[in-house]
Amino acid sequence: MEKLKQYKWLIASLLMILVLLVVNPPQGQAAVKFTFNNLKSVSMVLPPIFILIGLMDVWIPKETMVKFMGHKSGILGATIAIFIGAMGAGPLYVAFPVAALLLKKGARLAYVFLVLGAWTSVKLPIFMFEWASFGPTFTMVHVVSSLTVYIAGSFLLEKLLSDETKSMILERVELQ
Amino acid sequence: MLFNGVLYVVVGGLLLLSFLKDRKKTKKALKKAYKSLLKNLTMMVTMMAFMGVMLTVVDADLISRIFGEQSGITGILLGLGLGSVSFMPSFIAFPLGASLLDHGAGVPQVAGFIASLMGVGVISYGVESQFFGKKAAFLRNALALIASIVFVIVIGGVQ
Repeated sequence: MEKLKQYKWLIASLLMILVLLVVNPPQGQAAVKFTFNNLKSVSMVLPPIFILIGLMDVWIPKETMVKFMGHKSGILGATIAIFIGAMGAGPLYVAFPVAALLLKKGARLAYVFLVLGAWTSVKLPIFMFEWASFGPTFTMVHVVSSLTVYIAGSFLLEKLLSDETKSMILERVELQ
Repeated sequence: MLFNGVLYVVVGGLLLLSFLKDRKKTKKALKKAYKSLLKNLTMMVTMMAFMGVMLTVVDADLISRIFGEQSGITGILLGLGLGSVSFMPSFIAFPLGASLLDHGAGVPQVAGFIASLMGVGVISYGVESQFFGKKAAFLRNALALIASIVFVIVIGGVQ
């Protein structure tokens, strides 16, 4: 039963595809194809990312992380956070394990939120691609307005979360 | 993809460096990587399956009809909503957005769609709350939605 509960969403999603296959076979087949294609591209990105996280986990001492991204790291911490986010490879869900590692090593919560914010808006690997698709105005307004909101918002979010929630988050990432 | 290639070379180099410096630590790192990969795999497969259904049901044709330049606030709200619940990699989303603009979609509408697509993840909310708890995950998504709205307002003003 425990196992079934663990897989409930997986089962639900597979059921959705199955229903789609029955109700609208062409759409169902397209959904299966999309799923496999996405899995393929994700399975290319995930192994190196997780190896990178593993390496960082064993090589970066906690004191180093606290020094560079901890509570007293100030502007340097925020800058590093934006840099990590901007270098972010892949979609948002790849950022979650990275963010968890940063928290585990003693990075300040606000900076970790900032990493996630930058990850979703200032992505250097695809910056040129956005520029080519939408033009300079769109891209620059996107980057500048998002960063402004995320810098202010990250500190606000940190304030909004109670100490209790914060220690619960730290317990969670410790398990990862 | 070029980017994957760079990623593999960089991580491969670091792995080699780590191995040369300390085999034991490297083994530990690989073990950790393997364990967390396995741990996250179910959620990833689930998300991909949801995404597969989403991408088929939400097709480009439907989107361009919704995001017309005359669609105004309604189109913007729909853009933000659709972007929040859909999920696709940027290398699909950007060309899609560009072709929507070509087909007569309005810039603020597409901006809302693209920004919330990248930042707000209703589908990945499950994974996110596994990592950081429901409350932090909810607030992070709310912040991303606000950032998307600000982007829409600014780009609407600049236009």
